[in-house]
Amino acid sequence: MSISTAPPTTASVGASPVTGPDPEAAAARAPRIRRRFAGLRIPLLFLAPFLLLFLAMYVLPILFAIGQSLFTLTRSGLGLTAPTLTFDPLANYARVFADTEFIASLGRVVLFGAVQVPVMLGLALVLALLLDSRSARGKSFFRLASFLPFAVPGVVAALMWSFLYSPVSSPINNFLNDSFGFTIPFFSDGFALWSVANIVTWTWTGYNMLIIYSALQTIPGETLEAAKLDGASAWRTAWSVKIPMVRPALILTTVFSIIGSAQLYNEPRVLQPVSGGSITSTFTPLMAAQAQVGAQNYPYAAAQSVVLALLVGVLSYGFFRLTNRGEK
Amino acid sequence: MSAVASAPRLAGRRAAKESSLTRSFGVTGLLLLSAFYFVVPIWWLIVASIKPAGTQFAGSGLWADGFGLFDNIARVFAVNDGIFGRWMLNSVFYAGTAAVVGTVFSAMAGYALAKYAFRGRGFIFGVVLAAVLIPKVMFTLPLFLMFNQIGLLNNPLAVLLPSIVSPFGVYLARVFAAQSVPDELIEAGRLDGAGEFRIFGSVSMRIMSPALVTIFLFQFVDVWNNYLLPVMVLNDSKLQPVVVGLVAWSGSNGQVPGGTVIVGAFLSIIPLAIAFLSLQRFWRAGLTAGAVK
Repeated sequence: MSISTAPPTTASVGASPVTGPDPEAAAARAPRIRRRFAGLRIPLLFLAPFLLLFLAMYVLPILFAIGQSLFTLTRSGLGLTAPTLTFDPLANYARVFADTEFIASLGRVVLFGAVQVPVMLGLALVLALLLDSRSARGKSFFRLASFLPFAVPGVVAALMWSFLYSPVSSPINNFLNDSFGFTIPFFSDGFALWSVANIVTWTWTGYNMLIIYSALQTIPGETLEAAKLDGASAWRTAWSVKIPMVRPALILTTVFSIIGSAQLYNEPRVLQPVSGGSITSTFTPLMAAQAQVGAQNYPYAAAQSVVLALLVGVLSYGFFRLTNRGEK
Repeated sequence: MSAVASAPRLAGRRAAKESSLTRSFGVTGLLLLSAFYFVVPIWWLIVASIKPAGTQFAGSGLWADGFGLFDNIARVFAVNDGIFGRWMLNSVFYAGTAAVVGTVFSAMAGYALAKYAFRGRGFIFGVVLAAVLIPKVMFTLPLFLMFNQIGLLNNPLAVLLPSIVSPFGVYLARVFAAQSVPDELIEAGRLDGAGEFRIFGSVSMRIMSPALVTIFLFQFVDVWNNYLLPVMVLNDSKLQPVVVGLVAWSGSNGQVPGGTVIVGAFLSIIPLAIAFLSLQRFWRAGLTAGAVK
């Protein structure tokens, strides 16, 4: 589009030096305008494959889901005729916020995030500081060991832990029972959420530790030397110098971990069949929405997905703004 | 001031040397404890895969009494006429294709965002960043609903097309292109009369190649590990990737024995483990770039 309009524009500007009051400025303007159009064509061609697929696979589905969520599905009492769609823009959304199972799943995920994220990041920070300290030996081994769980796909990690938790053959409980005479009820109603939290912590602690550790490595040697000359202990240096200096990395890992909690799905989904009922099919919001898809309740599932995507989007955006302001 | 301070410090240094030894033990001990937590479950998985069939859940699980690895592998491949091999190939196909195409698309987009000044650049990059922050999973159910409407369910494209798009890859490519491709080199290419795409293909891509490996790896693992998308859009078990197949086995109520599921899980992580261990430095490059804002 811009290609076809470019030549006349440049031509008319190019002609202006003859009549214009300031020929020099106009001559300088001509190539600038030509460059502006040429300058849009090339980057857009570079961006086109990504942008087109992005629009088709990210933006369009969301718009489609929003559209679908504005209709309600009515099945006739006997189910003999095909269900009919009626335009009723607010019905599904009203249902989402009155859906006790969906609200309960949201609450569960909030509780999960409030406990699991601080525990995991605290652990990651302590490990990163230990690894960064002068006294640590075998650093590359420990770095590798903590990164190893991240190499296991989330679903496979959950499968593995489902066997370690197994009510009949848990090796952890066998060991605890033989040595200390007690067992952990991994799948009891109150404990199942924390069994899930352990899997998530196991998978992501090393990853977060490496991000914090890389940030620690960028602290200039002079800064640490200065702290040492001032007689600061290792503890004091860690608390007053290192932790404040890796604040951006801590914020980043916090934001990503909170967003991760909101999309909790793989681990509870894999544990569900062996949990003996403590992990329900609506344990997390995503599982609840998927259950509605399974029941072919598409408009309602669409409404749930839109609400979820919106919540996560607002959450991410909020954190993004908050952290950006904090740094300025 | 330094004279006052240095006297106690000299006296303290001997004590410090002794305490540094105990501290070293303490620090290393704590690190060992964490390594134990991280490594033991994987160790258990390896040991269970080596144990003779039927004894997977016997003993402490920390040591194998007997060797049944090859027999176990044969059992995994015997289920449903070797469907497991098919799943592994599917995973390689989905993850490989999506990561190759996606890396090229991400590199082009990131390069354009880093190296050309044009109107709307800030807006597009803002959208990419927003998409990095909203997890892919959030788009999966809407994708299913859309594919259901246009009849793309049970088609490998339903997994491939969404998997090619990687906002994080674009973000990484932009960071790497801005860091590593000098403007002078692009300018020199222009003076030599090379077109913009020629410069990108033969100069910039080559300089960015270590970064492209990183982008490829992140995307490959991302697609390999994705469970929700394939389980939603693919019904036919012959089309499914290995993670979907394994979960189906584990939820089969014992139709496929637990021991076989464990060995399958072990086999499924070998390709990724190799990619991780052999390409560690590329991982770290991606992690640090992700952390720098």
